[in-house]
Amino acid sequence: MVDFTLSDNDKDILESVAAEAKAGEKYARYYDEHEDETLPKAFPEAKAFPSILERIRRQPGNDTAPFIMQMLIKLEREAHNGVPLRQAPAALGNAALNAAGTQDQKTRWGHLMLAMSITEPGAGSDTKAIQTSARLDGDEWVLNGDKIFVTNGVRCAGTIVWATVSKSAGRGGIKSFLVLKGTPGFELVRKEKKLGIRSSDTAAYAFRDCRVPRDHLIGGDESVPRHDGEGSASYKGVLKTFNTTRPTVAAGGIGKALGAFRYARDRLAEEGVVVCWDDGRCDRSSVEQTLVELEADIEAATLTVLRAAWLASRGQSNNLEASVAKAKGGEICRSGPQRAMEVLGAMSLSHDHPVEQYLRDGRITDIYEGTGQIQRLVIARAILGYSSAELT
Amino acid sequence: MISFELSEEQSQVCDMLSGFATNELAPRAREADETYAAPANVLDAAWSLGLIGLAIPEAYGGGGTPRSALTNALMLEAMGYGCAGLAAAAFVSSLFVNPLIDLGSEEQKLRHLPDFCGEERRVATLALHETAFAFDPARTTTRAERDRSGWRITGTKRLVPMGGEADNMLVVARALDMPGIDGIRAFIVPPDASGVTVTPESGSIGLTPMGFSRVELAEVALPTNSILGEGDGADIRPLLASLRIGGAALAVGLSRAVTDFAIPYAKERVAFGEPIAKKQSIAFMLADMHIECDAMRWMVWKAAAAFDTGSDISKAAILAQNYVNRRAVRIADDGLQIFGGHGYIRDLPLEMWLRNARALTIHNALAAA
Repeated sequence: MVDFTLSDNDKDILESVAAEAKAGEKYARYYDEHEDETLPKAFPEAKAFPSILERIRRQPGNDTAPFIMQMLIKLEREAHNGVPLRQAPAALGNAALNAAGTQDQKTRWGHLMLAMSITEPGAGSDTKAIQTSARLDGDEWVLNGDKIFVTNGVRCAGTIVWATVSKSAGRGGIKSFLVLKGTPGFELVRKEKKLGIRSSDTAAYAFRDCRVPRDHLIGGDESVPRHDGEGSASYKGVLKTFNTTRPTVAAGGIGKALGAFRYARDRLAEEGVVVCWDDGRCDRSSVEQTLVELEADIEAATLTVLRAAWLASRGQSNNLEASVAKAKGGEICRSGPQRAMEVLGAMSLSHDHPVEQYLRDGRITDIYEGTGQIQRLVIARAILGYSSAELT
Repeated sequence: MISFELSEEQSQVCDMLSGFATNELAPRAREADETYAAPANVLDAAWSLGLIGLAIPEAYGGGGTPRSALTNALMLEAMGYGCAGLAAAAFVSSLFVNPLIDLGSEEQKLRHLPDFCGEERRVATLALHETAFAFDPARTTTRAERDRSGWRITGTKRLVPMGGEADNMLVVARALDMPGIDGIRAFIVPPDASGVTVTPESGSIGLTPMGFSRVELAEVALPTNSILGEGDGADIRPLLASLRIGGAALAVGLSRAVTDFAIPYAKERVAFGEPIAKKQSIAFMLADMHIECDAMRWMVWKAAAAFDTGSDISKAAILAQNYVNRRAVRIADDGLQIFGGHGYIRDLPLEMWLRNARALTIHNALAAA
C-alpha cells in the first residue's frame, strides 16, 4: 500500500536525530571560520546521543525500511547548520572496498577509514580520462599521478586510488588500489580551501613511484577487458555504489535547502509574514508564493530520494532513480537556499544567521557524486537506450 | 511506513485503463479536439468500465470499494496519458459524485448516488469558476441567500465542464457570513431549475471535448437540503483538495505521454549528421522531462495519500498542484520544441498537448480525485 506516513518508532528516531543535530549547531560557525582545523573524533555532547545504529531497531511491517530511514536521517541532520558530534568511521573508500574488494581485503582494511581518490587536475566527470598510472613491477604496483578533491583525505587512514594499467584500454584499464598513509611516494600535498563544507576536509595527493604490494589491487582481477564498453570489475563496483550514495548525497543537499527554508519560514512568521493555505493567487504576496513553491520543490526532491531508496530497500534496480534523485537534490541545493535568502532580504547575508552558510554548504551537492549534468547524461542514456559511447 | 507499493487492485485498474487510454482515447483525441465534442460511444465505453461508480458504497448501489483519491489519481493519470480532454470528459461526473460521497448528507447520497450506479451513462458536473480574472474559490461572488423555503442563488459560473449535457451539478457559492473560504459552500443545483441558464462558452484553448459552459443563476430557488452536507453545509476544502489532485493527476498523464512521444522522434530525427537525441541540448531536455514526470507523480501520490488518511485537507494538495502546474506546462512546451515546426502543425499531437496542458494547469475544477 502506498504510504507516506511515519511510524512512532520512525518519528522517535528522527526527533532524536534532530536533537543531536541541534546540539552540533553551536560549532558550525567555528569550523566554518577555522577551515584549517579538523573536527575531533567526538565532541563532549556526543555522549548524550547514542550511536544511531543502536537506535535504529526496526519492526518489519510497521516501521520504515532502514535504508529509507537513512535518507530521512541524512535530510534531518543536514537541515541543521551544525557539525557532526562524532565522526563517521568510514568514508567513500569503504563503500568501494565493500562493493568491489575480496573477502580478504575487506577483512584486512574494512576497519580503517578509507578515502576515495578519483578526480585529477585534468579529469573530473570524465573518469575514463584519468592519467594516474599503475605499473606492475615484480610483486609491486608502482603508482604515479596526482589526485585532487579527496574527501576526508586528511583524516583518513588510507585511500583507494583509481589508476590505469593500460591507457589504451580506456575504462577497462582503470583499476583501484589501496594505498595506506605513510607509504613512501604517497604525499598529502595540501588541504583545499572551499566555498563551504569547511569542516569536511578535502585533500590533494601526489603519487611519485609509490609502491604497493600486488595484493592491494581491489578485487584482485588483473586482467584487462578487450572491449572498452565494459569497464573493469572495480570500476563497475564503484559505479554500483552510486546507487546508494547518490540518493544519500541528494538527501544531504535537500537537507540544506530544507534548513534554509525552515529558517526563512520561521523568522518571517515572527515578523507576521505567514503563508495562509486558504489564500488564492491574488491574495498571496510574492514572498509567500516563493515560500509555497520552495516547499513544493523541496517536497518533490525528497520524494524522488525516497523512491530511489525504496527501490534499493527492496533489492530492485535503481540506477535511473538514483540519478533522478541526485539531479533533483542537486537542483534544490542551489535554488533552495538562494530563494530562502531572497525572501529574507539583506539580513540573510550576515553571519548573524545561518542561511548564507546553508547556501555555501549545500552548493557542493550538485557537483560531487556526479554533477547535475552527469546525472542527466545517465538519465538520458537510460531513457533513450544509448550507451555511454553513444551519448557523451 | 514509507512505501510506494500499489495494491494489486490498483495495479490492475491502472493496466486496464492504460490499455483503454491507448486504444480508445488516443486515436480519437484529434477529432474530439477539433470538433469540441467527446464521442458518446467513447464516453459510454468508459462508463461501462465502472470508473465513476467504483467507490460509491454498496448501500447506494455502487461498487463499494473504499473511496480512495489515490486510486482515482492513478486512474486519471492512466487515462490522461491517452487524451486529457477525453479523460476529463469520461470522468466528468466525478466532479459531482466524489464530493457527494465525501461530504454529502445521508439523504443527499440516497437521493443522488444511485443515479450513477446503473449501466446508462449520467453526466453531472461542478460549477466553480467565475468571470473575474482575480477569481479564486475564496473570492467567490455567486451568492446563496437563505429565504423561508430554502436558498436563493444568484451569480454567473464560467467554464463549467460539460454543463450543456449535465443533468445535475454542484454550484460553489458564498453562503455564510464568514470571510474567505469559510463562508463558501457547494449546492446541488438541477440545471432545469427555474432561473438556471446554460449556454456554451465561446471556445477554449484546450480540453475542448469538455464542452465548457456558462451557467447563469438568477434567483434560483432551492430547497434547504440543497446545501452539500448537513445543516449549514460542509467545509469545501476537501472538495478543493480533491479537485487539485484530480487535475494534477491528469497533467502527469499528459506529461508522460509527451515524454514518451518525444523520445523515439529525437532518436529518429537527424540534424547535422546525427540524431538530435545525441545532442546534449535535446538529451538533457528529455532527461528533465523524465525527472519531472517522476517527481510530479510522487507529489500527486503523496497528496492523494494524505487526502485518504484525512491527515491533510489543504496543504499537500496545494503543494502538489503548484508543483505539477509549473512542470507540466514546461514539459508540454519542451516536447513541442523538440519537434520544431512539426510540433507546431496539427498533424501531430504536440500543439494540442500544449493547449491541453495550459488548460489543465489553470482550470481548477476538471476532475475530482
